[in-house]
Amino acid sequence: MAQIPMGTVPKKETEKLKVIKKPNKGVFQQMKKNYSAYLFLLPKLILFTLFIAIPVVWAFVLSFQDHKVFGSEFAGLDNYIKVFESEAFRIALKNTLLFTVVTVPFSVISALVISSMIFALGKFSQSLFRSAFYLPTVTSMVIIAMVWRWMYNYEFGLFNYVLGWFGIEQINWLGQSGSALWALIIMQCLIPFGVGIIMYLASMGSISQSLYEAARIDGASTFKQWLHITIPLLKPTTLYLVLLSTIGSFQVFTQIIMMTGGGPGSATETLVHLIYKTGFRDFEFGLAAAQSVVLFVIILIFSIIQFRVLRHDE
Amino acid sequence: MIKHKSKLNKLVIFVLLSVFAVVSLLPLYWVFSTSLQLSSYQSEDMERPVSYVDANPPKMYPMGIPLYFEHWGEAREAAKEGDSKQEAYHRGMMDHIVDNTFSSYKSLFQKHDVGKWFFNSLYISVVVTLGILLIDSMAGYVLAKKKFPGRNLIFWIIISTMMIPGQVTLVPLFIMVGNLGLMDTHWALILPDLSMVFGVFLMRQFMFSIPDELLEAAKMDGASEWKTFWTVVLPLAKPGLAALGIFTFMSVWNSFLWPIIVLNSAELYTLPVGLKTLQDANLASFKLLMSGAAVAAIPMIIVFILFQRYFIKGLTFGGVKE
Repeated sequence: MAQIPMGTVPKKETEKLKVIKKPNKGVFQQMKKNYSAYLFLLPKLILFTLFIAIPVVWAFVLSFQDHKVFGSEFAGLDNYIKVFESEAFRIALKNTLLFTVVTVPFSVISALVISSMIFALGKFSQSLFRSAFYLPTVTSMVIIAMVWRWMYNYEFGLFNYVLGWFGIEQINWLGQSGSALWALIIMQCLIPFGVGIIMYLASMGSISQSLYEAARIDGASTFKQWLHITIPLLKPTTLYLVLLSTIGSFQVFTQIIMMTGGGPGSATETLVHLIYKTGFRDFEFGLAAAQSVVLFVIILIFSIIQFRVLRHDE
Repeated sequence: MIKHKSKLNKLVIFVLLSVFAVVSLLPLYWVFSTSLQLSSYQSEDMERPVSYVDANPPKMYPMGIPLYFEHWGEAREAAKEGDSKQEAYHRGMMDHIVDNTFSSYKSLFQKHDVGKWFFNSLYISVVVTLGILLIDSMAGYVLAKKKFPGRNLIFWIIISTMMIPGQVTLVPLFIMVGNLGLMDTHWALILPDLSMVFGVFLMRQFMFSIPDELLEAAKMDGASEWKTFWTVVLPLAKPGLAALGIFTFMSVWNSFLWPIIVLNSAELYTLPVGLKTLQDANLASFKLLMSGAAVAAIPMIIVFILFQRYFIKGLTFGGVKE
């Protein structure tokens, strides 16, 4: 039998002692010992608290207040009731939903198709096309909106000129309520979803080639391989992209203010543009805060639904 | 046989993609093309000056280019024949075409504040980018490599706010910036931008890959926390810093909603805000507007061409499992 080393017993004793001591001094001691870690975090924590944490909480508080220049009054649910009763909000919500429902599937599917096509090519062409499709995304939406406004111009615009080839009469794209929102939707669909293409390409690169080889041996066509191997394996990326573009689409703003200002009438009013108008043109801070909280909740609900739907049928 | 078929397929795909790419790049091309379009041109046989900017049908390329070469040829002919009067006329037209091609760029910088706006955008973007790189890598480093009470709580609080859309904080931030006396100053843009949290997440993920042994070795050598961070950690995190830097620069350069809310004085505008007011004031002058758009687009295009792979790294980071 091996002898038990003498040292073990007292060691265990001290361990026990440590355990007992911990609750009293441990946390503070550890905090003291790691004071430099807190110093490293300090700048971000200060900025974060001041410009994110406090404003987020404040937004919720404001949404229950009737904000006045000198002091605010508690208003209960008044702001929220106003939000849901107002015609403007309903129209903005409807427009934003239509915009999202059309543009998000189109953007994601076109990104999938385009990146599948790019992936089939050699290395050089891959990087060439990846850049070509991502380039428009790095320029500001302000610029894109300005040039599209020019292209939609009634008299001199590129669109009406091209329509002329087919003998179609000029359309006052942004100037009439029937077409203005659709003009913005078409524009969004034709701006390549550069982030999507890059993400899809990266994900495709990480799919194991052996899966395709096995399918080829079984005699599956290229299209069938794409349908039954590529698409299912890209599902996490698809989920991420759908979420990303839905959230982005709910926040659509720059195009609206640059191209139509929400008009004609309220044909292109969207939620964020409405928040902007309510808050910074009419200075109804409480109401604007309530609108933005509702926007947050809508985005949250959509995110949860998408997460569930795209996860469940795996 | 199969190889031939796949080569044909590739060609078809290549052509199709080229068509898509042309469509997607067309608006950008249109910005530059219109900005360089001739807006007044009067040749011998035409009575009134013509403008190609709002011509119908639209001109697909700057008309000054062919006209310039036409006059150049004519001037050479005239020189050969010894007709100095004709030669001088064509030389004059060539100068006129060059002047007119770049006229709107000139007036942007002379008559409008575009130079100032450009400088404002540039220095705000640089300050915020450098600030974010430092602050976020400090935070990311300790969140990844140090064990201290509250570490996870702090991280999750910070990360959970990434889900909240920025519009939620617009109104309170506006009131706060007003109370702090920062309204209509560049601090009103810089400080909230410095508080963005995406970088903390990105840098934390990058810092995980730095081996603990290196940090301990630095400690053994007697390096202080700060020195270890500055001389060991930061150099190792360079790829992450590059990706974060580019994304920060891009988002600050292009940011629009918050700047139009807090800036009132024209001399403080950033480029996107300036472009909006330019558009509001000059709805008719598309040449001028497109030149402004080009001035704002060029820096991002250059940054993109120079740092492409970091754009891709930053985009695919965390989103793609490998």
